[in-house]
Amino acid sequence: MNRRHLPLLVTILVFVLVYALCAAQYPKMLSFRVVGNLLTDNAFLGIAAVGMTFVIISGGIDLSVGAVIAFTTVFLAVALDSWGLAPGLAFPLIVAIALLFGAGMGAVIHYLKTPPFIVTLAGMFLARGACFLLTTDSVPVTHPLYGTLTGFYFRLPGGGRLSLIALVMLGVVTLGILLLHYTRFGARVYALGGNAQAARMMGIRAGRTTILVYALSAGLSAIAGIVFSLYTSAGYSLAAVGVELDTIAAVVIGGTLLSGGQGFVLGTFAGVLIQGLIQTYITFDGTLSSWWTKIVVGLLLFAFILLHRILVYLSARRAAGIAAGGAAGVREQPA
Amino acid sequence: MTRHLKAAAPQLAALFLVLLANWIVFPEFFHIRVQDGRLYGSLVDVFNRGAPVALLAIGMTLVIATRGIDLSVGAVMAIAGATAATLVNDGHGAMTAIAAALAVGLLCGLWNGILVALLDIQPIIATLILMVAGRGIAQLITEGQIVTFVDPALIFMGSGAIAGIPMPVILAFLALCVTLFLYRRTALGLLTEAIGINRRASAYAGVNARAVLLVAYAWCGLTASLAGIIAAADIKGADANNAGLWLELDAILAVVIGGTSLFGGRFRLVLSFVGALIIQAMNTGILLSGFKPEFNLIVKAFVILVLLLMQSGASGALLDRLALIRSRPRLAPEGKEVS
Repeated sequence: MNRRHLPLLVTILVFVLVYALCAAQYPKMLSFRVVGNLLTDNAFLGIAAVGMTFVIISGGIDLSVGAVIAFTTVFLAVALDSWGLAPGLAFPLIVAIALLFGAGMGAVIHYLKTPPFIVTLAGMFLARGACFLLTTDSVPVTHPLYGTLTGFYFRLPGGGRLSLIALVMLGVVTLGILLLHYTRFGARVYALGGNAQAARMMGIRAGRTTILVYALSAGLSAIAGIVFSLYTSAGYSLAAVGVELDTIAAVVIGGTLLSGGQGFVLGTFAGVLIQGLIQTYITFDGTLSSWWTKIVVGLLLFAFILLHRILVYLSARRAAGIAAGGAAGVREQPA
Repeated sequence: MTRHLKAAAPQLAALFLVLLANWIVFPEFFHIRVQDGRLYGSLVDVFNRGAPVALLAIGMTLVIATRGIDLSVGAVMAIAGATAATLVNDGHGAMTAIAAALAVGLLCGLWNGILVALLDIQPIIATLILMVAGRGIAQLITEGQIVTFVDPALIFMGSGAIAGIPMPVILAFLALCVTLFLYRRTALGLLTEAIGINRRASAYAGVNARAVLLVAYAWCGLTASLAGIIAAADIKGADANNAGLWLELDAILAVVIGGTSLFGGRFRLVLSFVGALIIQAMNTGILLSGFKPEFNLIVKAFVILVLLLMQSGASGALLDRLALIRSRPRLAPEGKEVS
């Protein structure tokens, strides 16, 4: 077995274990109804987390995810209701705006050689501020299409529903896996995150890849925003506060190395579902408070980060052993 | 002294400009009056409201100087506020509550420090753990409630005044002086800059990088908990959800405005403090001028972008390239460029 796949396997094992524990206590959790809800409730998170996976594998971070989701919901609410834009026009328009926005952040990161987190922080402020400029109220979306889209679902056995937005998420995850693992672009993302200097020397155009990665993340955030808007039927500038943290947590729990160069979209999907499961368990229990979610997610984060450290340490030691006498040392961690 | 002033010129000029703009939109900006033995006025407000971010910025400067970052300061504020409020309500004295809150902050900082220094985890990730879990811990302490308290001694930390000067301002200045003494009057500052520039090289040179890192993160946790106590005392309650929310970002921004590089190395404590004041002066100015407070976010975004442009060495190269492109037609008037 490849050591590279160990974090992914651990994540999937944790997911199965958590689900088994939940089901042992509440057998009803083992129903299609719960699974359907799990997918629907976490659809927007899953979509945004796919984008974040690309960003983190490329060695960056994107803090603007939640703000872009909020901006999308506000934009859609205002565009559909006040401006009378057709959804067929508004949906592509907001995705295009987000793509440009992400590309801009990528360009600043690459050409000004600035840390991604401060650039995407500015992006977060900008996107949230833009929401507030449109409206500070929570605007309901009354467009008839929303009713049609949210009413569309596949019936699962046992009264479960596979909703449209859950399908969108599954589609995005599948496309993400294909894009990351089976295309040239995916290989470039890995190369850039693994060793930017080596990637450049191999002839990879770092600038183009960086811009594309951040554009992808922002574009997926906009799609997550559309899904969120369908899910809540409202546009609110304070929606999705802190979602960037949830997505980063999902990516890390999913086995992606935060220093870049290693990771899997499938792991991220499992990470999102683990977070969803914890929330579902707390709902089932009824006596536990929702803050336990944060604490458990924090603990999981710690456990996985520790696991990564141990793996990196072991492989460094093995490398040192192979290089017999060569100074492998501790891997340098940039800030 | 003049050397220091020269280095501080851009920040002081920025502060002056923001204050000037505030004065233009609100002519009474510089009016200060004394009421109930305490100074009042918009300018006093800038200092008073800016104190928590200034405190965070002090700790953050030290962490950033080591080439790190601390994302958890907002959550630590919430934990410290929750600790102080809960203890005071359980019948403990204000001093015990404050000491316990500071100790908890120190502990949080040490936790971050251990992850970064001993386990060699990237700072942004290591502190993310506490950022995510911290608010949950704070809610665990307050049992999900907003804990209000009436203890006068604890409230004094937020809204009291000594010789007319509001308590938060005094505490922030005190923290700045102690930190300056600790880092500039001993070798600690030098060692911090050394490991920020090159951790491995300084370790080879005999610097105990782990200890220096631990101190920086612990100090950051301590200043954050002091800010948390002030924030809780100010509203006479501990709000685990909203205390210090997004203030870590303001603190980082203050440090960047102060001219400390995010890539570690040379740090400027006083200028980070000035940076926090600039941010608060902008906030106050936007409020006074009648814009929506949300407008702040857009202003902050542009401030970050301008700062990045100014600080980035690459932007100079970019400008050169643009100038070259513009000058090209002159070199080849017929438009036949030789590539």
